[in-house]
Amino acid sequence: MRSESNVEVGRQKQILHFGNGDEPQGLDPTIVTGIPEWHIIQALFEGLVAKDPATLEIRPGVAESWTISGDQKIYTFRLRREARWSDGDPVTAGDFVFTWKRALIPTLGNPYAYMFNCIRGAKTFFEGRNPDFGQVGVKALDDRTLQVELETPTPYFLQLLDHHSYYPVQKKTIEKFGAVDEPNMRWTRPENIVGNGPFTLKEWILNRVVIVEKNPLYWDAARVKLWQIYFYPIPNASTEERMFRAQQLHVTDRVPADKLAVYRENDPDSLHVTPYLGTYFYRLNSNVKPLDDVRVRRALAMSIDRRQLVEKIAKGGQQPAYTLTPPNTAGYTSYAKLPHDAQKAQELLAEAGYPGGRGFPRLELMYNTDELHRKVATAIQQMWKKSLNIDITLLSQDWKVFMDRETHLHYQMSRGSWIGDYLDPTTFLDMFIAGSGNNRTGWSNPRYDELLKQATRTGDREERYALLRAAEAILVEEAPIIPLYTYTQMRLISTDLRGWDHNVLDQHPFKYLYLEAPREAERKIERH
Amino acid sequence: MFEFVLKRVLQAIPVLWIVITVAFLFVHAAPGGPFSQERAVPPEVLKALNERYKLDQPLLIQYSDYLRNLARGDLGPSFKYPGRTVSEIILAGMPVTFELGFYALLVALAVGIGAGILAATRPNTMRDYLPMSLAMVGICLPTYVLGPLLVLFFGIRLEWLPVSGWGYLPGDKILPSMTLGLAYAAYVARLCRGGMLEILSQDFIRTARAKGLPETTVIYKHALRGGLQPVVSFLGPALAGLLGGSFVIETLFQIPGLGRYYVQAAFNRDYTLVLGTTIFFSTLILVFNLLADIATVWLNPRLRQEDGARA
Repeated sequence: MRSESNVEVGRQKQILHFGNGDEPQGLDPTIVTGIPEWHIIQALFEGLVAKDPATLEIRPGVAESWTISGDQKIYTFRLRREARWSDGDPVTAGDFVFTWKRALIPTLGNPYAYMFNCIRGAKTFFEGRNPDFGQVGVKALDDRTLQVELETPTPYFLQLLDHHSYYPVQKKTIEKFGAVDEPNMRWTRPENIVGNGPFTLKEWILNRVVIVEKNPLYWDAARVKLWQIYFYPIPNASTEERMFRAQQLHVTDRVPADKLAVYRENDPDSLHVTPYLGTYFYRLNSNVKPLDDVRVRRALAMSIDRRQLVEKIAKGGQQPAYTLTPPNTAGYTSYAKLPHDAQKAQELLAEAGYPGGRGFPRLELMYNTDELHRKVATAIQQMWKKSLNIDITLLSQDWKVFMDRETHLHYQMSRGSWIGDYLDPTTFLDMFIAGSGNNRTGWSNPRYDELLKQATRTGDREERYALLRAAEAILVEEAPIIPLYTYTQMRLISTDLRGWDHNVLDQHPFKYLYLEAPREAERKIERH
Repeated sequence: MFEFVLKRVLQAIPVLWIVITVAFLFVHAAPGGPFSQERAVPPEVLKALNERYKLDQPLLIQYSDYLRNLARGDLGPSFKYPGRTVSEIILAGMPVTFELGFYALLVALAVGIGAGILAATRPNTMRDYLPMSLAMVGICLPTYVLGPLLVLFFGIRLEWLPVSGWGYLPGDKILPSMTLGLAYAAYVARLCRGGMLEILSQDFIRTARAKGLPETTVIYKHALRGGLQPVVSFLGPALAGLLGGSFVIETLFQIPGLGRYYVQAAFNRDYTLVLGTTIFFSTLILVFNLLADIATVWLNPRLRQEDGARA
């Protein structure tokens, strides 16, 4: 009775049906911040460089080659002659200068402006302390040559170029639909948008679907095998799972927690659980008693059994975390650790004046309303009761209330998480610099800040990582946060989908993907 | 009748104004703003955004600005979706929500009235107990339970119907309309049974039966009109509930209607979208209540004579 499924039709016509989480707020690469937007923008635009999906190594994008000066501060990019906007105009070095200048105009209100801080003069321009963009280290030497001067050697700079905030936008198109500093995103409507990626925007039906189609003008179009991609905003994980089961989707955005075991048992080929560059942790407000005492914070951290947490509660393949930066982030691993040691934790608490938990005030643990957060908090509440004999109260809050209280330090303990923007430990460690908007613990340490600052000055990787490790050790030992586990990415993926490589950034360039039915023989091997 | 309608319309204006004012105060009083997010927004950016949307102005100014724009029919831009106006979002979702509500109402009336008549004509027999017990279950069973059950059975097990969508695949409107409609069918059934029982015990029905009229004529020609009165008065609130309450159905079935925005906007502190959708749904409720009142008056000859006094 039912007509042919999306998966069947998709296989014949190379149409990918992609569960994309939520409705995109907009598609202007310079302004948006969300993951759903990121996925679509990755199809529509391309930066100077791209990443290899399997190894995350840097590959050429709009730039066909580049040179880096000896002090690692000057990057000179050679743009490829074939790089075209979807209206046929060539992509020039001037387009990048225009885009990055726009990204830094304060009145545009670009939340990702800090991504440009490594470029010489970018920060002062953005903060309005220097209104002359000529002072900022971005220059078009000619149409095909772009020179970028950095503040300090930034080993992850090339990676940043593959972040959407660095993707080029076309001046002509933006000016046609409003002032340059207007975040009105009308220019990104299907009838108006001009991009430079492997796909072009075909249709955007609010709350229903965003459809992109192969861009014949893309310089690497010969490689692109998919004809269309349908991005569906599906906020409800159970609905999405049912759509997957009914063959309406090739890829889901996530997997409902209660379905993990079912898929492990019945359909392991479709279930993909892979490491993700993100950490789940608790913030402790170091301004309030008794959390201002480092011994108390350490005691709390040491009485949590992370292994039990990931195996019994989270149950999604997550790894116990003792550091903020996930292990092996671009070759960096911190070995600092406050191990699970109830005995030591009790001693610390006694030293702090609460032997056997006596006299310890009833603290409140706040989390944003979510089933998993509640379960984790409940488990930890019990662990603390058992190991330290202290009682805490759980408080579930609406997301915006939660953020408001955390930002103003109106909390005692709160749930936090961080997903890395790029593959480098600093995307995590920068959070806890004094005065960082993402710190939100009241904690700071001049030595920590100094080590991170020193690390920006050196171009040597081992020396840099040693400084970062020393900084992270301070963070772990002083415990303004309690890392709990490293995230995993969970998706249901049709066995038809090829070219999908797993990586910790969860980036999957659509130009490498295609659809093909698994051969029978292959299927049998997979089953065994 | 005209006077009655006019009076009710004029009464609606202050009601709407109070709704707008209360919603405005509440949404601004809620902690957190439209731009707070996990990745801290730099203070410069926050300042620029607040200036752009005039959130740096005193609340009273914001309020009077809002009312002034509203009088011109301008609901403002959405905060969460900066490229879209609130009117645009409402216009995009409205037809879908209306259509879903309409089909659900048809389901509710067809199933509800059928079951109600069935029960009322043989009270206190199995023909009464069975549909009324089912109706009780229907009232108790929330749509977010019923919906997935229907999907699992008809969509995934039998593969008869699509599990999601709205007008993308043939038959995908059936399950959402059923899910939303059945909950209301249960209410309709109980109201219809009650109304019918009351009418069927009246003298004119006895007279009709005594005259030897066939039972079907008695029921459908004489009793139904009066027996449906409680159902008709319920229609106004029901239709408003069907439209406003479609949030769960829209999420379950991946339907691009308005209900989802209505709820999400509040979570997102999307001030203008909260107000826009609130105004939209309040107006709907006022209109439907008015229509239901008119229908009640029209159905009941006693009220029709008194309508001047009643209004």
